[in-house]
Amino acid sequence: MTGEAGAAGPVEVAKEPVGPEGPKRAKDPTGATEPTGVEAFATRAEQDGYRPSERRLAHEAYRRSRARRSALIATASTVLTAVALYLLVVNSPGWEVTRRTFFNLDYARQALPEVLRGLRLNLELMLGCGVLILVFGLLLAVLRTLRGPVFLPVRLLATAYVDFFLGLPMIICLLVMITGVPALRLTGVTTDPLLLGGAALVLTYSAYVSEVFRSGIESVHPSQRAAARSLGLTNAQAMRYVVLPQAVRRVVPPLINNLVSLQKDTGLVSIGGAIDAVYAAKIIAAHSFNFTPYLLAGLVFIVLTIPLTRFADWLTGRMNRRQLQGGAV
Amino acid sequence: MSGTDVLRLESVRKTFGSQVVLRDVDLAVPEHSVTALIGASGSGKSTLMRCVNLLEGIDDGAIFLDGSEITDPRADVDAVRRRIGVVFQSYNLFPHMTVLENITLAPRRVHGVGRAEAEARALELLDRLGLAAKAKEYPDRLSGGQQQRVAIVRALATGPRLLLLDEITAALDPVLVGEVLMVVRDLKEQGMTMVLSTHEMGFAREVADRVCFLDGGVVLEQGPPEQVFGDPQEERTRQFLSRVVASGRLQG
Ligand SMILES: Nc1ncnc2c1ncn2[C@@H]1O[C@H](COP(=O)(O)OP(=O)(O)OP(=O)(O)O)[C@@H](O)[C@H]1O
Ligand SMILES: [Mg+2]
Repeated sequence: MTGEAGAAGPVEVAKEPVGPEGPKRAKDPTGATEPTGVEAFATRAEQDGYRPSERRLAHEAYRRSRARRSALIATASTVLTAVALYLLVVNSPGWEVTRRTFFNLDYARQALPEVLRGLRLNLELMLGCGVLILVFGLLLAVLRTLRGPVFLPVRLLATAYVDFFLGLPMIICLLVMITGVPALRLTGVTTDPLLLGGAALVLTYSAYVSEVFRSGIESVHPSQRAAARSLGLTNAQAMRYVVLPQAVRRVVPPLINNLVSLQKDTGLVSIGGAIDAVYAAKIIAAHSFNFTPYLLAGLVFIVLTIPLTRFADWLTGRMNRRQLQGGAV
Repeated sequence: MSGTDVLRLESVRKTFGSQVVLRDVDLAVPEHSVTALIGASGSGKSTLMRCVNLLEGIDDGAIFLDGSEITDPRADVDAVRRRIGVVFQSYNLFPHMTVLENITLAPRRVHGVGRAEAEARALELLDRLGLAAKAKEYPDRLSGGQQQRVAIVRALATGPRLLLLDEITAALDPVLVGEVLMVVRDLKEQGMTMVLSTHEMGFAREVADRVCFLDGGVVLEQGPPEQVFGDPQEERTRQFLSRVVASGRLQG
């Protein structure tokens, strides 16, 4: 009896300082429903007295051993494949010549600064053109969704534009812009191959990107538009506040892939004589008869695009997960 | 009578291809009254509401809102929709906006209400439906019943003249059904004019001033709930009601 009473005493004393904290936390809108942080978790764990069962521990141990096994197998198979590929290449009859013309470290060292200097141009082109392409692409896509007889010509023009540039090979568009436009001798129109090349990129890619945006717009369920319209929003308002925000979010991954593709295609502008990474490599390759600079330029482009594609993958994965969660409701 | 009718349908006909979904439908909804549409799945309840909201064009007949014909091709569609609030069978909340943004979108963009004022009003409505804590959540983080109530608040936020509620309890468990129905009851007390479709006969009987039984796109029977439920004149109505009773949905 006395022992019980004595035990009750200290517990109450220990609880007292917690008391005033309780109501304070309850008033806090974020803390009220979901206590966060280690301290809150510890309190909760203590309250319901949860200890992982033997079964759970055994399951987790098994899963860990499986994961270790998978990692081991993956490493082993990767190493084996790499070794096999290496042996295959190195033992091929033309390897010595290939190595000298494509994998020459001296030339690589010589070319690197030039290639990197040229790369600046590629990056500038990509950024500048990228912004214009997004704007024009979105504009084209929205123009094609306009309804009503007044907009018929607009719709037709936008459609014709997209059809034309989707089909036109990039290289022909570039050649026509870079060599054809200066030949017209128009006053006030630039003959700078860089600007003309950039314009060709914008023309072609706007068509691609507008198709991406359009598919995004069409993927938004009609009931969303219906809901917006029944709230009294006009067509344009429904597009701006309800359809486009959802559409754009959905097409971010394919847009990034287009950006990657654009990044590579900036290399094509070198056919007009602008000194970008590819042209810089060409200059060195031309007077050394060694192709290492090309390979180097190629590697530099790859290194640039990998983070972008991984980012697109990550984004897609994240959105898929979110959608799954949403679907569970 | 017709002077105070908020909504009136005159021999409305609606077809999808060769299928006649609404056939010569007549309906009058007086001010401050609640009309319940009942009928089997596919009988045309949702279609009727979509026609009233001009989301679907009708083939023949006319629909009047406060005495003026809204199915007239010269009618201003946006202006009509501004006066009608709709809650869809499948909520249709905007997933990229928070609850608060969903609700304040129309007041701000359509009715030109200032942000602070729109939000204050939205929060007041949310609070009334017990959702004040969810104002900053995105719809996919809410339960079905919560989403449904947000949809109701969204429809109410513009102060509509007429509220269309399409099977707003279809996807909810009995407790949530109770919550949502309480909201409708409150609205009725405040004098809101409503048209609702429902499979909850007990609710229709309790809240509705008029019950309208749709069967294959035809209004087979309409009248006060006591009459339609208590003394149905048509054989088809009796069949429908007995099937409903058998499935346990007619405890008023
Ligand atoms: N957009 C459409 N195109 C073609 N047919 C349609 C369309 N919308 C509805 N229908 C048809 O119209 C009929 C009535 O549909 P409606 O959605 O109005 O029924 P409902 O009474 O609301 O049914 P429920 O109780 O299941 O919601 C159905 O047969 C349906 O197949
Ligand atoms: Mg329906």
